[in-house]
Amino acid sequence: MSRKWLRTLPVALVVLVVAALVWRLANPPDTTVESEMIGKPVPAFALPAAVSGSPSLSSKDLADGTPKIVNFFASWCVPCIGEAPVLTELRQQGVHIVGIAVRDRPQDLAQFFAQNGNPFERIGFDRQSGVQLAFGSSGVPETFVVDGHGVIRMQHIGPIEPDDVPGLIEAVSQAR
Amino acid sequence: MNRLAILLALIAAAPALADSALPPAYWANRQLPDARKEAQAKTLMEEIRCLVCQGESIADSDADLAGDMRDMVRRRIDAGEKPAAIRSWLIQRYGAWITFRPPAEPLTWPLWLAPIVMLAGGAWLARSRLKSRRDA
Repeated sequence: MSRKWLRTLPVALVVLVVAALVWRLANPPDTTVESEMIGKPVPAFALPAAVSGSPSLSSKDLADGTPKIVNFFASWCVPCIGEAPVLTELRQQGVHIVGIAVRDRPQDLAQFFAQNGNPFERIGFDRQSGVQLAFGSSGVPETFVVDGHGVIRMQHIGPIEPDDVPGLIEAVSQAR
Repeated sequence: MNRLAILLALIAAAPALADSALPPAYWANRQLPDARKEAQAKTLMEEIRCLVCQGESIADSDADLAGDMRDMVRRRIDAGEKPAAIRSWLIQRYGAWITFRPPAEPLTWPLWLAPIVMLAGGAWLARSRLKSRRDA
């Protein structure tokens, strides 16, 4: 009896492995990387202004008493184009938005804003992704809600869709 | 003729814009002049996971962000920072996921125990087989 059971064991193992492989194919793993910085103060940084006529951005600007949305974006990032009108909508609803342009060039940014509008109060120029890494962010676009004391409250990975607007406004109003 | 036209069109095709137009960071693809520091940086870069190509280390990945991470690692090591400090700085931001050397914590115990369990199972299997052969 136990011999018979032992003989079917390899077959059962193969079936199990194949089932696991098929399951993984049907349910691809989630590749988004969540930041561990949520609930922690914004890391200290000071970035130069990305375009002329728009002020620079430092960590002090994020602890000035008003909650803000920090948007990591780039002119070379296609989903950022799709997100632009939603950011404009958020700004119209009274949300303070600052931008961090990752690995960008001033002339490309100027063109990007001419085409898609500029919803940012301040824009920092993150030439070598240093501030992006300090935030625990892993790509563009990514968005953080920072409260008035400069503490990171929420992370949104990927472009902001119109459906995300109420949730973000709620998070900003709770971040006072 | 048609094929040639397609080939020419492929050569002239503009690449999709998925990466920035900026050149790689200064230390992304350049070794530190101090061989000992470069060796330290290399060891660390080989165990840090790329955030873009997640199966690769930042030492192997061609992604812009991996280049920026190599630049950061080399700069900090050149400035005298210990590799362990840079590693924990990254873990603070991305979790233990960022390193290919998983820490021994309850969640990863099965990972560390698996080789021992498999070896023991193999030994048991071999023993019982050898025994039955001798009996026959």
